[in-house]
Amino acid sequence: MYFASFADFLSMQGHGIYVWASYALGLVLILANLLVPIWRTRRLRQRLQRRLQSTAAPAKELNS
Amino acid sequence: MKDTLLRWFHKWGSPKWFYDLSGRWMPWLAGLSLICLLVGSIWALAFAPMDYQQGNSFRIIYLHVPAAILAQSAYMLLAILGVITLVWRMKMTEILATACAPIGASMTFLALVTGSLWGVPTWGTWWIWDARLTSMLVLLFLYLGIMALQDAIRDPSSAARASAILAIVGVINIPIIKYSVEWWYTLHQPATFKLTEKPAMPMEMWLPLLMMLIGFYAFFAWSLLLRARHQVLIREQKTRWVTQLLDAKPATKSDPSESAKS
Repeated sequence: MYFASFADFLSMQGHGIYVWASYALGLVLILANLLVPIWRTRRLRQRLQRRLQSTAAPAKELNS
Repeated sequence: MKDTLLRWFHKWGSPKWFYDLSGRWMPWLAGLSLICLLVGSIWALAFAPMDYQQGNSFRIIYLHVPAAILAQSAYMLLAILGVITLVWRMKMTEILATACAPIGASMTFLALVTGSLWGVPTWGTWWIWDARLTSMLVLLFLYLGIMALQDAIRDPSSAARASAILAIVGVINIPIIKYSVEWWYTLHQPATFKLTEKPAMPMEMWLPLLMMLIGFYAFFAWSLLLRARHQVLIREQKTRWVTQLLDAKPATKSDPSESAKS
């Protein structure tokens, strides 16, 4: 560890606000770029699956 | 030789092939990016020494430089995809270009904002209209323009061709960004990474930076595949292979990171 204490680590000799703001934004952007497509794909797959089931069900009834 | 090239193109043109392959690649990319970014940021924030001139604000470099490099690499990829889209009209390059633009835009934004946050304690200003900063801002607007074009035109192929032209024309901005620190007077420091020379920084600063750079590239590839797979499903939703894929896995347990084995 480069810093003497945790408070020292947070304040970074007055530069903490700039450093932590940068890393917070980086984290938000990286997470958004991963989670948004994951959520969208999940929703799309669920929607397509429901559509698939609603079109498949009447066909089964006809067969029985 | 020509045959292999043709086969290669044919494969890359196939969304199903892409979907299968990307599903197998993603866990590796995810692991590599998460490990590198996690270890890299802890190293950068807590263990790397501070710069004797810039103090602790120097730690922003570990985010700023990879974001800026990635922003430009993503743009080059976008332009190359644009050329292939225009010449061969491949569906997959259209899809990858749509997936690439938002990631590139967010990396450009990150580079600009972290640069600003770094500028306050080191230069005493958020922003100056010098060549490096202005050309990066132009890059952001290029990305936003490309995304707007991709979104505005209804037919995906026409949208892809229009935005491909803008992407290719905008490539002129990339050498301007690169050489802006050498051609014009600027506050911005010269390039941190040089392929041809030994790094000017000490190892304990250079290694975490390299780690973050690898992490950012792996993250880019991972996010690109995630976005592209979403686009593939939208465009191919009526095809047999997507129907079979959805049939094989129940919706409640569907995991986008899993690969299709149909």
